[in-house]
Amino acid sequence: MTDIPSENAMISVRDLRVSFGSGAGLVHAVDGVSFNVQPGETYGLVGESGCGKSTILRALCGLNPNWSGDVTIGGEAMTPVRTRSFYRRVQMVFQDPYGSLHPRHTVNTTLTEPLKIHGIGDADERITRVLVQVGLGPAFRYRYPHQLSGGQRQRLAIARALILEPQVLLLDEPTSALDVSVQAEILNLLVDLRERLGLTCILVSHDLAVVAHMCDRLGVMNAGKMLEELPVSALEDDSPTHPYTRQLLAASLGYDRRLASTAVEDIEG
Amino acid sequence: MNQTPQLLVEDLHVRFRTPQRMVHAVRGVSFSVGREKVGIVGESGSGKSQTGRAILKLTPPNGTVSAKRLQFQELDIAGASEREMLKVRGSRISMIMQDPKYALDPVMRVGAQIAEAIPEKPSLSAAEKRDKVMAMLEAVHIRNPARVHDLYPHEVSGGMGQRIMIAMMLMADPDLLIADEPTSALDVTVRMQVLAILDDLVTRRGLGLIFISHDLNLVATFCDRVLIMYAGRIVEECAAADLQNAKHPYTRGLLASLPRIGSRHQKLAVLNRDPAWLND
Repeated sequence: MTDIPSENAMISVRDLRVSFGSGAGLVHAVDGVSFNVQPGETYGLVGESGCGKSTILRALCGLNPNWSGDVTIGGEAMTPVRTRSFYRRVQMVFQDPYGSLHPRHTVNTTLTEPLKIHGIGDADERITRVLVQVGLGPAFRYRYPHQLSGGQRQRLAIARALILEPQVLLLDEPTSALDVSVQAEILNLLVDLRERLGLTCILVSHDLAVVAHMCDRLGVMNAGKMLEELPVSALEDDSPTHPYTRQLLAASLGYDRRLASTAVEDIEG
Repeated sequence: MNQTPQLLVEDLHVRFRTPQRMVHAVRGVSFSVGREKVGIVGESGSGKSQTGRAILKLTPPNGTVSAKRLQFQELDIAGASEREMLKVRGSRISMIMQDPKYALDPVMRVGAQIAEAIPEKPSLSAAEKRDKVMAMLEAVHIRNPARVHDLYPHEVSGGMGQRIMIAMMLMADPDLLIADEPTSALDVTVRMQVLAILDDLVTRRGLGLIFISHDLNLVATFCDRVLIMYAGRIVEECAAADLQNAKHPYTRGLLASLPRIGSRHQKLAVLNRDPAWLND
């Protein structure tokens, strides 16, 4: 376990709990999760669908107010309802660029909206700068999402997150809807932007290889709980000890009949 | 692995008429499938799914299919009528779709859906049908078939739903299975279980499998042979075990663009598409 003092952390999460439903249908989607993210670090959260990793991101960025626990971001304790200034510091990039962009808003409208909300004046200059930053260029300014490829759309979604110049970027499966060759471009872009802008990131993914490529530390989740936190170097040395992490690691390498036969035994009816 | 081919495809073309222009989605694809696992990999829009659909004549109405030869065992698919295809689809060639959520009927119990796939035999009683369904659920490693039999699709997990689809497809004992991204909606550990079931079926029942996927690692480790498609053509064909030594620059580019454990702090190679690949 890597223990990092929470007082220096950019993001500190203590005993975060999120539940949905009530009575017999009560589901603890996130069940007492704690972790810290250092300034400038990219922290990975991996686990299978339904393990609560995206729910954590939604609670952190204020999309779900029904959580309990202690969350501080940039030294400030979070309350369920967020202020406008919070969103100047924390932004999110969503999984599906086909769903996260308004189909009838041009690139310009999409990028102007956050500036209007926050009363920022130098829109022209900022839009040009951010479009260059994400590798689209000013020529894309008056296009509609349907005129963009999947990779270009995700670049636009990243531009929208960056236009307010946030310190924290929350990435929810930013490449899982993209082809592998496009995924490489977006991952390279994220690495580049993170270094240039000094961003602190949390990357949620089901793909262990993507997390291992982007992050230095990661947390492995299952059924709403953090099973273990480990440095990515442990994955590289093939030394994780938790059986679930080992299972994820083996599965990320492809199909293996021998491993699969033990997996078949585990199926519940 | 490649004894008598079950399926022979020669110079297959699929074209779509759109209001703007003609889209040539599959441009002269030729391959054969025996009792083996053949992977078709490619990125979105490469024509891999349309190739699979053309074999079953499931091309959407605005598309036209032409081929020099499209032969399944003794049947000439290219010249077969819709009536003849009805006898082939689901009974001799089956297709497993990507997402069980959309492919299963939401208002029909699992058992009844699987029973629907039993080939028409009026002599079978309800009890006999139920026994067949139970046996098939067990064959796809569902531990409590009696319970699952009476569930609705929304009450089962994704992995279970995919196994139910496989059970349904196998009811008629097909000779060829076309699986279009059968595991991309599944979690990695569940994916292994579903693949193991498919793997055993190919080995034990001796059926042929066309496995359509965008996941190079998976295809390299799961299939026997791999066809790599780019812009409607097969640009390379190789034994799955040799995929890492692929020669075509497109395949090499795809392999190099994959992040892997150990590639931290390195820049990923970005694929530079060469217009010449469209023609060779």
